Amino acid sequence: MFSNPDLQKLLFGRLTLDAVPLHEPILLITFAMVGLGGVAVLGGLTYFRLWGPLWRDWFTSVDHKKIGIMYIVLALVMLLRGFADALMMRAQQAMAFGDVEGYLPPHHYDQIFTAHGVIMIFFVAMPLVTGLMNFVVPLQIGARDVAFPFLNNFSFWMTVAGAVTVMASLFVGEFARTGWLAYPPLSGPAMSPGVGVDYYIWALQIAGIGTLLSGINLIATIVKMRAPGMSMMKMPIFTWTALCTNILIVAAFPILTAVLAMLSLDRYVGTHFFSNDLGGNPMMYVNLIWIWGHPEVYILILPAFGVFSEITATFSRKRLFGYASMVYATVVITILSYLVWLHHFFTMGSGASVNSFFGITTMIISIPTGAKIFNWLFTMYKGRIDFDVPMLWTVGFMVTFTIGGMTGVLLAVPPADFVLHNSLFLIAHFHNVIIGGVLFGMLAGITYWFPKAFGYKLDPFWGKTSFWFWLTGFWFAFAPLYVLGLMGVTRRVQHFDDPSLQIWFIIAAFGAFLILLGIASFAVTLVVSFLRREELRDVTGDPWNGRTLEWATSSPPPDYNFAFTPVVHDHDAWWDMKKRGYTRPVSGFQKIHMPRSTAAGIILGVLSIVFSFAMIWYIWWLAALSFVAIAVVAIGHTFNYARDFYIPVDEVVRTENARTALLAERV
Amino acid sequence: MAAHSTAALTAEDFQGPGDTPVFLDAEGRHHPENGTMLGFWLYLMSDCLIFAALFAVYAVLGRNYAAGPSPKDLFDLKLVALNTSMLLFSSITYGFAMLAMEKDDQDRMQLWLAITGLFGLCFIGLELYEFHHLIHEGATPQRSGFLSAFFTLVGTHGLHVSLGLVWLVVLMVQAHMRGLGDANKRRLLCLSMFWHFLDVVWIGVFTFVYLMGVL
Repeated sequence: MFSNPDLQKLLFGRLTLDAVPLHEPILLITFAMVGLGGVAVLGGLTYFRLWGPLWRDWFTSVDHKKIGIMYIVLALVMLLRGFADALMMRAQQAMAFGDVEGYLPPHHYDQIFTAHGVIMIFFVAMPLVTGLMNFVVPLQIGARDVAFPFLNNFSFWMTVAGAVTVMASLFVGEFARTGWLAYPPLSGPAMSPGVGVDYYIWALQIAGIGTLLSGINLIATIVKMRAPGMSMMKMPIFTWTALCTNILIVAAFPILTAVLAMLSLDRYVGTHFFSNDLGGNPMMYVNLIWIWGHPEVYILILPAFGVFSEITATFSRKRLFGYASMVYATVVITILSYLVWLHHFFTMGSGASVNSFFGITTMIISIPTGAKIFNWLFTMYKGRIDFDVPMLWTVGFMVTFTIGGMTGVLLAVPPADFVLHNSLFLIAHFHNVIIGGVLFGMLAGITYWFPKAFGYKLDPFWGKTSFWFWLTGFWFAFAPLYVLGLMGVTRRVQHFDDPSLQIWFIIAAFGAFLILLGIASFAVTLVVSFLRREELRDVTGDPWNGRTLEWATSSPPPDYNFAFTPVVHDHDAWWDMKKRGYTRPVSGFQKIHMPRSTAAGIILGVLSIVFSFAMIWYIWWLAALSFVAIAVVAIGHTFNYARDFYIPVDEVVRTENARTALLAERV
Repeated sequence: MAAHSTAALTAEDFQGPGDTPVFLDAEGRHHPENGTMLGFWLYLMSDCLIFAALFAVYAVLGRNYAAGPSPKDLFDLKLVALNTSMLLFSSITYGFAMLAMEKDDQDRMQLWLAITGLFGLCFIGLELYEFHHLIHEGATPQRSGFLSAFFTLVGTHGLHVSLGLVWLVVLMVQAHMRGLGDANKRRLLCLSMFWHFLDVVWIGVFTFVYLMGVL
């Protein structure tokens, strides 16, 4: 661009026009499609004059419900990207045998499996979990918002900034080719000199700040803001699992921050934390990242357990069996999740005693988890079960997850792990628990709470279609991987020589195609339900005959959630209210104290994208400038003391009277 | 929220006439407790874990000299003792500032905060001097695993103190502009926790890195 290379370097760092992958046809097509889609969305927003409402009511909103919904939208968008990666891998592995090289060269294939893992964990599963907790927890505990509403908005935009950074790597430069945990020395400066690992580091660091802060926020919310009478042992199970998950977040994510910071120092400054020479120790990275990574698994699964507990009780028309044992099982899993990290690398060679300790602690986790499965089964036992879509996901989960759990116990035996380590058996195992557990749980939760968020139910026909495609697709896609893994096929391989293996990969690719139909059916569900929203309308606010407080208010809830704070006498508070003749008040409303919207969160998010981009490409002046801008905006925000306002009483009266009229119309 | 630290109400506080249960807080008596102190405490614990990771790394790499200098060759205990005293004194003076704040004595509080800031600046200055000296002698972070871990652990602490200094200035300005209302008092108490926390971490650094390295 410039004739003077020094000036070029000063202005653009290592960013050149070559960084845009014009020579990769797959990327070009993707780029064109994303571009067209982007133009369509932006054009639509402009045409329908939606920018103002979007900015005022959503982007700058500190309402926990809206932030929760935005998290889930982010997750669903990123799911499409992560799943496109999965389809590409399945297609490549189904065809690349013998003389056929497939369509993905190794350097591209390696980026795809790395991006798939990173996106699915950090930008699909995490936002789904955080979004659902954000939406549901304040409603379940009878609160009007979270403890720190601005921080909530800020956390969301930091997560978005991380996601944008990952997506940028698709079009400018490259992504890491290291696998989703970026083990050194492969991820060190010598083996990965490009920008891929730097994209990885900065995307996770920025999103990690958001995750940590939202963890702190939700703990403070649950501890400090419960409705009067809701003692700890009267909290809904989903709130309990949310509490434990957020404790895990606060106790685990700092380790990820620290270990990635040290990897950055190795890459940027040339320190020797994880290098092979001058006193570095690569296995220390593996230890540290799994001290974060194993709790992360439980961060994802515990809220799913909470969702299933709510759904099982609601759709069995029974009190949850063994409430107290469910709470203790959750807490025990929380603690044990810190004592198992070494099972991810039994092959490190830490000796029989250490491996046995971690093998045994891993097996012990199956005890509280098994207790939960039995609690759900006993809740269903002699219940009047409605097989609505959320309940289908729950039953599908119980079967699938139990099998995934059993293969996990198998892997917890160190000698067996020595054989199966790094094989497709492991891949099948963790997809078995993450898809069968976390993803089924989140889809169940979305279906269950959708009417609360939008005021109408999701169409059951397309919901069931989606469920059956997902379930059968999952088994077609991953059962062959168990077989292949037992035969010794390793993971992350771009090409195979042995033609006898091909049939299994073709079956797996067929499974991925079924899952594609499942995702498409879910998209159809959303569209069809929107079109049929008048038929599917939920006027009562309690479409499933629910048990917990979120069903006590209208669907969608007003900004202030509850006109009067509920008083809790039982852990199924709303069920208790309905049974003991609660009547909804129609007068006596008061003004309500609420937090005020702010644009600081989204501004800081955008600046963080600029900062990370500048750091990735060594554009030091821009990094310094954006860093100073972040500091100025953050400090400037603290000079804003006008953070709350009162919803005037006549507005509350108007909202509540409208609901009274709707309810009267229905009867 | 003006009224904080009101005791949490329980279901028993809402007894209706006779046996009819009360399901709503009709008079608006329930005010959720302010969560700022708890939230900040949780943040500190998460920060503590970052330091825990860095201490653990120092424990693993701390003797990997790679034929380079060892703590005995590098550390000057007298300098570190002076440095430590600066930070410890600054914690005491921050305590005096908080006592003045409790008495709503803005001037005295500002004075003690300023003194705290000066002690903090001295600490950072001495640390920078030490780093400069080490790098000048060739003991750079790139020299060995030990020095990487040392510079990162001590440097992270130093970054925290520097951040605390910026925050201190901001709060002094805000207290000056808006007086000692609930919001500003809460902020000053948060910084107080942060400052003492850094003191405690430094005691760990002093003992674990310097004393045990030299003695």
